[in-house]
Formats: sequence, C-alpha cells, structure tokens
Amino acid sequence: MENLSFQVSGSADLDKKERMEDGVKKQKQKSMTRRFKREDIPLYLMALPGVVILILFSYLPMGGLVLAFKKYNVQKGIFGSPFNGFDNFKFLFATSDALVITRNTVLYNIVFIFLNMAIAVVLSLMLSSLGSKKTAKTFQTIYMMPYFLSWAVVAIIVTAFLERSNGFVNYVLQLLGQEGGIDWYQRTSIWPPLLVFINAWKGVGYQAVMYLAVISGISSDYYEAAMLDGASRFQQAIYITIPHLRFIIAVSLIMAMGGIFRGDFGLFYTVTKDSGPLYPVTNIIDTYIYRGLKSQVNIGMTTAAGLFQSAVGFVFVLLANRIVSKVDPDSAMF
Amino acid sequence: MKKKRQLNRINWKWNLFFGIILGIFAIVFVAPVLLIVIVSFSSTNSINEVGYNFFPVEWSMEGYYYTFKMGSQLVYSYLVTIVNSALGTVLGLIVMSMYAYVICQKRFWLERGLTWFLFFTMLFGGGLVPSYILNVRYYHLKDTFWILLLAGILNAYWVIILRTFIKTSIPEALFDSARIDGAGHFTIFFRIVCPLFKAGLGTIGLFSFVARWNDWFTGMLYIENNKLVPLQTLLTQLQNNVDYLKANSRIASTPGGMEMLKNLPGTNLRMACTVLAVAPLLFAYPFFQRYFVQGLTVGSIKE
Repeated sequence: MENLSFQVSGSADLDKKERMEDGVKKQKQKSMTRRFKREDIPLYLMALPGVVILILFSYLPMGGLVLAFKKYNVQKGIFGSPFNGFDNFKFLFATSDALVITRNTVLYNIVFIFLNMAIAVVLSLMLSSLGSKKTAKTFQTIYMMPYFLSWAVVAIIVTAFLERSNGFVNYVLQLLGQEGGIDWYQRTSIWPPLLVFINAWKGVGYQAVMYLAVISGISSDYYEAAMLDGASRFQQAIYITIPHLRFIIAVSLIMAMGGIFRGDFGLFYTVTKDSGPLYPVTNIIDTYIYRGLKSQVNIGMTTAAGLFQSAVGFVFVLLANRIVSKVDPDSAMF
Repeated sequence: MKKKRQLNRINWKWNLFFGIILGIFAIVFVAPVLLIVIVSFSSTNSINEVGYNFFPVEWSMEGYYYTFKMGSQLVYSYLVTIVNSALGTVLGLIVMSMYAYVICQKRFWLERGLTWFLFFTMLFGGGLVPSYILNVRYYHLKDTFWILLLAGILNAYWVIILRTFIKTSIPEALFDSARIDGAGHFTIFFRIVCPLFKAGLGTIGLFSFVARWNDWFTGMLYIENNKLVPLQTLLTQLQNNVDYLKANSRIASTPGGMEMLKNLPGTNLRMACTVLAVAPLLFAYPFFQRYFVQGLTVGSIKE
C-alpha cells in the first residue's frame, strides 16, 4: 500500500530510487515523530481549498449514495429518509431496464474503445510517415477540430443532416429518386452504427494526435539502424513504432476500461434528441439516471442505478490496473 | 545506393496513397462543420427549397440578423459563458496548482494521504443523483452563477498532470536551497514554482477554458433563469424549441400556421448561433494546439 501513492505521480524511474531513500527517511522520522511542524502551516492552507471542494463535491455525494438503500422523501431529505434495505435494487433489477441499459452502455463502450484506438493508431502511423511535415501539421489541426465542439453543437450538426423536412440526407435521397421524408429520429436500426460513427468522428483525431506526439518522440536512431538492416517501412512500423506506442495504448485502455460503465451522456441524450422510439438502442445507464432524476418518481431506485454504476466501474478500474501491472508493471497507474 | 533509391521510390508511392487517405479523412472531419457555416449564411427561401444544403440557392445574412433581434438573450448567454470560462479557469488553476504543490512535498507527512484523497475521487464517485440533491437542497446552488463556477472547479486528473509538470520542470534541490535561504512555502510557490511551470498552467488553463466554454450540461441541469443560461445550453434550448414548434400540429393547422412555420427564423438562426458559439474556440485553437498536445502527452506518460 505504501508504494502506491508514488506510482500515481508518474515518474517511474525516479520514484524507485526515491522510494528507497524515502523508506529510510520515513523510519527515522517516525522515531523522532512530531508530525505537526510550524513551517508546514502554509501547506495546510494551500491544500485547504482543494480539500473543502473535494469533500463538498466528491465525498459528500459518495455519502449521499446511502439513498440507494432508502425510500426518498423530499421533505426529510437524504439523511432523514427511512431505510428500506435492498428494495431499490430489487425493483431496479426486476425490470428489463437494468439489463438493457447495462448491455447498451458496455457494448457501445467496447466498440468505441477498440474501434477508435485502431483508427487512431492507423491515422497516426500514416501521419508520421507522411513526407511533408507541413501537410501532416495541417491534417493534425483538422483532425483535432471536432474535439473542440460540444455535444450540443454536434447534435445540431447531426440535425442538419438527418432532419426530416430540411435535412441533407433526405434531400440527397430525393435527388436519387428514393422516397424522401424519412424521420431518422424514429428509425432505430440506423442509430447503433451512426452513434459509433459520430463518436469516432469526435474523438479519433484527438487520440491520433496523442499517439503522434509519442511517435515523434521516438529516437531516429532506431529507424536508421533498421534502414541499414534493410527493414521496410512496414517492418519499421510494426517492430519499432507500435512497440513504442504500447505504453500509451495500455494506459488509455485502463482508463477506458475503468469508464466502461460510464456512457457519454451528451452523445446518447442530446445527439439523439432524447427521441423516445430510439430508447431501446440509445438508453444507457447515464441517460436512465438523468431521466429518473428529472421525473423525480423513484429517486431511491435511480440512486441505486448510480451506485451500481460506480461500484462496478470501481471494480473494473482495479481489475484493469491489476491486469496491466502484471503484463507491464511500468504502465500501471498505481 | 541502389537500395536507398528503391526505398525512396516506395516511399513516394505510399506517400501519395497515405496523403489521399488522410485527405479523405480531413474532408470527413471538416465537411459537417462546414455545412453548419454554409447554412448559417443561407436564406430562409433557400432552406425551404433545398434544405440544409452545401450548395444553397441563395446566400443571406438573415440568420445573423435574427440573432441581433434576439437581442439581450444572446448577450447574456455570451457574458455568462465568457465570465464563467475565464473566472472559473483562474480560480480552478489557483486551487489545483496549490494542491499539486502540496502533494509534491515529500517531507510533508500528509503527502501520501492527500494524494490518495484526491486520487480516490477518480476511481469512485457519488454520481448524479446525490450530487444534484446536495447542490440543490443543501448548498442552495440551483439557478445561481455559483453552480456554473463551482462545477468542475477541481479536476483530479488535471491536478495529477500539474503535479507531474512541477516534478519534471523543477528540481527538488531548488526547493531545498530556497528553504535554507529561509523562504516559506508561499514564497516558494508564488516566486519559484509558478513562474517555472507556466507551461503546465497554460496547458491546464486551456483544458479548463475549453471544458467550461463547452459545458451545456450544468446549465441544463441547474439553470432556469434566462439571464444565467450559458451559450451552449442556449443552443440545446433553441434546438428543442424549434423542434417543438414544428412538431406542434395545432400551430400548423391554424390558418396561416403553415406560412408561419415556413418562415420560422429558427432554421438559420439556430445555425448562426451555433457558429457564433463555436467560432471563438475554432479560431483560437490552432494557435494553442501545441499546448494541448503537450498536456495530453504529459498526462499519459510517466516521464
């Protein structure tokens, strides 16, 4: 447990040394222990605002999760409402909702994670091998642009294409002599691939640029040596570039696995315009919770869904981190 | 010599091939945004005739003209977004960088504890419902500017990045010598640390500014007062209102209702507002892109 906090910080090599020295120091300190020192007072003051904010906006909400075991009463509030054991969870899992939202959230995320990663790796490899660095820079700038748009804006862009009366897609269909006037916001079948596409459109460029930054940090010695040995461009990519990307891919995978129960609310709510007929393929845990909160009908059950999401997500981060730390200890988060 | 030339020739062909593929991707990334810009400059007649089209039959500034007619709402929203983005970023940077400094202090006995206190919030959280109830019922933040400002003022991930920046850009010996010279932590922080890790502050500042500028969710959840609605939330509201009017058959069935719907300014007005909301970031970001990339890599690489 002691070592853990160091890994968080991030500098693996430095930390190993420091950890050892620190261990010795710690023992000495403990023997003549006087933890509170006057010269440390500024440190307490500097940490104070952050600590207060963390307590108010992170730790107290965690405490608020007790609502999952209570029957919420608006008058009595979080702490005054009576307990009702596991009733909320029973109700939650008695409906088919729990299964559908969990399935949707996890499946979409799995597709998002692997597809985006694959596209981003390919894009970054192509960008890095492009002859003209100026062109590569321009492409890089263009690819990152969607990352700076909010989901509210993306929703409007999607509307411009899909709207029934004025949308570009229906216009093109009419030009081609197909039946126009399709209400795409009622057609469930198109949305799963469409959401995958929109998500990739928004996030892939940013990821590719991140990988590209790593690639450009690889020493050119490797490539020169490989060229001398007669390695082709593809061999270089496979045996030099991709192994160097291994670390960042591992880290992004852990992060992503930890968030596998956390859906992108903006994508599934705003972009689909909260369209009812689409719920079977667009309802995820986050939209379910939001709608539960807005309807105010069963706050306890909605909180139970939230606790389920947080708890399972927590287990997943720990698992993912454990797997990575076995495979490649340097890549682990903690 | 021969071999090298061969390599180059292969490169040339692949280069072109890669260029074309990357170019297609670039078009896919740009075209949808371009459509919005084009529609914002299309006239209502054009939209009625060819819809939201890349090739409008008539150009016009109508959409932007309507935004002026909208008047105060847009001004309020712009102000709220600007003040929130700027002030929230500055406050957040102060809070986060001080925390990052504290969890860099190896000699401080709470260093590990505070690191975990922060890190744990990245792994586990209370989620939407308890936060909402606390914010509304106990902190009384609903419909106040404070909720916009305080939401996300401390991002644990960014604090970790700031800490990495401090650790990598400032040698510990510098702290030690400053302390031997009698400098307190405040002096060290403001006089030595802050000036030396400007790059870190700049990067996180940009992250924060963009995140705040693009935040529509907080506004949607907590804000009802029109004077406090942020720009991005306004966009979602505009969209919903236009959809509502269109879907509402009662309006359409009244005499002249169809006419009214046809001339509803919503269509290009909405696009004009979108362009106005997006333009500042899109114009600025090519200049700041460098810092973004820097932040992305520092955040994910242990150096």
